[in-house]
Amino acid sequence: MSTPPGIPSAIRIRAVSKLFDDVIALDDVDLDVPAGQVHGLVGPNGAGKTTLLGLLLGLTAPTSGEGQVLDHQLGRTHAVPAGVAGFLDGPGLYPTLTARANLTSSLTLSGAANNDDRVDEILDAVGLSEVAHERVRGFSLGMRQRLGLAAAALAQPRLVVLDEPANGLDPAGKRRVHDLLNGLAEEGTTVILSSHRMDDVEALCSEVTILTAGRVGFTGPLAKLAAENDSLDYRLVTPDPMGARRIASAMHGIHLRDVDRTPGDDPAGDDAPGAAESLLLGATTTAALDELVARLVRDGIAVRELTPVMSPLEAAFLKLTDDQEHSQ
Amino acid sequence: MTGVSIRSSVATRPPSATRSSISRVYRFELTKLLSQWRIRVVLLACWIAPALFVAGVSQQSSLPVDTLFGRWMHDTGWAGALVTLGFSGTWALPLLTSIVAGDIFTSEDRLGTWRHLLVVVRSPRRIFAAKALCSLTVLFTMVAGLAISSSLAGILVVGNNPLIGLDGHTLSAGDAAVRVLLAWACVLAPTLALAGLGLLGSVLFGRSPMGLLLPAVVAFAMQLALLLPLPVAVRLALPGSAFLSWNGLFTDPAQLGPILTGVGVSLVWAVVATALAYAAFARRDFSGTGHDTAGRRALTVGLAPIAALLVVGVAAVAPYSSISDGGITQAKVNRSVSTAFAHLYRLQTTQLHRPAVTEQQLRVTSACNRGGGKLTPEGAGNDWRCVVSWRLPGSTAVGQAIYQLDLHPDGRYMADGDGPKQVNGYFLVRTDDGDTPNPLWQFDANVDLLSTSS
Repeated sequence: MSTPPGIPSAIRIRAVSKLFDDVIALDDVDLDVPAGQVHGLVGPNGAGKTTLLGLLLGLTAPTSGEGQVLDHQLGRTHAVPAGVAGFLDGPGLYPTLTARANLTSSLTLSGAANNDDRVDEILDAVGLSEVAHERVRGFSLGMRQRLGLAAAALAQPRLVVLDEPANGLDPAGKRRVHDLLNGLAEEGTTVILSSHRMDDVEALCSEVTILTAGRVGFTGPLAKLAAENDSLDYRLVTPDPMGARRIASAMHGIHLRDVDRTPGDDPAGDDAPGAAESLLLGATTTAALDELVARLVRDGIAVRELTPVMSPLEAAFLKLTDDQEHSQ
Repeated sequence: MTGVSIRSSVATRPPSATRSSISRVYRFELTKLLSQWRIRVVLLACWIAPALFVAGVSQQSSLPVDTLFGRWMHDTGWAGALVTLGFSGTWALPLLTSIVAGDIFTSEDRLGTWRHLLVVVRSPRRIFAAKALCSLTVLFTMVAGLAISSSLAGILVVGNNPLIGLDGHTLSAGDAAVRVLLAWACVLAPTLALAGLGLLGSVLFGRSPMGLLLPAVVAFAMQLALLLPLPVAVRLALPGSAFLSWNGLFTDPAQLGPILTGVGVSLVWAVVATALAYAAFARRDFSGTGHDTAGRRALTVGLAPIAALLVVGVAAVAPYSSISDGGITQAKVNRSVSTAFAHLYRLQTTQLHRPAVTEQQLRVTSACNRGGGKLTPEGAGNDWRCVVSWRLPGSTAVGQAIYQLDLHPDGRYMADGDGPKQVNGYFLVRTDDGDTPNPLWQFDANVDLLSTSS
């Protein structure tokens, strides 16, 4: 997926490979990310995500291939491009310094003048104002993650590269991180986000790249990923499972997987009136799913819940992983 | 999506387009280093412990006579600074370089902060330079602490008195102060060499303790090597020799050859080791996904060039030194013992209020041999025996005294008197002020290894 016309490209790499001795970490990778996009990077362990993130951060150089990160041409020696921030394998924080000192040092080391208001503002954004003067040594994993993100966002980067930014976060912390990343993107910062948490990727990213064994398995919008899936499983909860089964089995593009009773929905017994049961359905297209809902409603069959059992991203991830295992 | 605006109060110029100046990185490195309690404790110890040691020892009746200048600690405050210097060259400075320079890069590996630092600063060259300068700053502050603390304590507790040199001649208090200062300055060169090795080890070995220990291990290995009867060229090609060659400042004339060679060699080692450390640092992959090739890298980038440097150093120093053996000959020993004895005899004469004599009038000669004449009279050993002869003005009699020498491969020796009680046979002499140590009973001196005159 190339950058749309009129939108400047933040990342554009072509046929990039990276070898560590005889191990191929990246193999002929192409990647386009337009400016201002939140782009997800997923893949199984050892797929080359960290190497690709390291390459974008300028911490390593490609063995072959070419590319541009912001205004910086990738070379054969590693160099950190201007305007890039982020962290890899956890935020780099100094435990003997306070949260504020960590941020202040990040700001001044990046070449900016010290700006207390700015530091206060970012500390507030990640919910760490209360502990600004405490040493990082005593921080929890989630607090460190938020402080690391604050350090990355502090110096007005044009590209933020983050490795598992939501790792160890509680729901409130996660929401703050999501808000901050969305805020960055709205103001034109490109965000590259690597995560094993598909819900985070789906909540934040408009496009995603799936890496398997150092190669790009998929890159593009999440909607396209869903469309490219052969079949996605959905759970349909209805008080009339028999009627729903009858309609679904007659439809093209819908496959019945099995039937199971939703636990706790029927304390009185199998024959209790109004007992809800769930059906597991496979839908090859979203259009087929829409048609199923329309028919159920037309026949007076109540639909209490229709949810994907697995997200398109997760399904694609597992499929690509399975394909990789089978090919080995 | 509800994003949090984070640009409301930022400066108009994007700071990410600029690079941090080296002074900012340097200040940050200094802040980090000084925020470590270990460094603070060591720094404090360097400024306090020598003063306590010198003050404490100077008050005791027994002195560290096995250490150079230790026997003069009751007589002059400058001796304490030199005793501290001797100890520092052997133990303290290698350990300090390990703690500071050997840990300056390793600490980032330990904390997992390399990537953050590189991304923020965007210049490995500046990071390297700032770290190197920072470690040198802290190291030199520690060395300054050792020197100033021991000197001040000596002056305050014992006094700003003249110092007896290694050939027995008396240095005025002012002259002693200058030479003590120069002696401490001399050991900065080998300290720099060890710091360079510390940087190299810290870069090459990452989290491995070997990185931290490299300066101490190399210093210990060099000390062991310097205990061996190595050829002078090999000895001087080792930067550790400069931890000893400052001794030559305390003779008249000063033995500048070993000092300048040692300082020069040390500076070359410092430059080469630092350059190798930078080359290894610049080539390092910081994505953290590479295979662990630290052992192989250490061998190819670090140790092999250092070994080559040693060989080149020996080849470079050999023709300059013009000496293929250990540099200790019978003639040199004879001359050294005679000179020291003549100077110290004058000192004893003054103590005992005898008629003044000059070294020329004494016409001191020495006849030294090894193993009672059964061994070739050259090289280090504790079996040197010297018969010293002298004449007094107006007398035809020839005085004789005997000394047993324990001569070290670096040219230093301790002469133990075995002669007439009133000359060198007893450790005290009776003066108008009471019993005082006899300067001729035992004395320290040295042989100039580089001297070519027989």
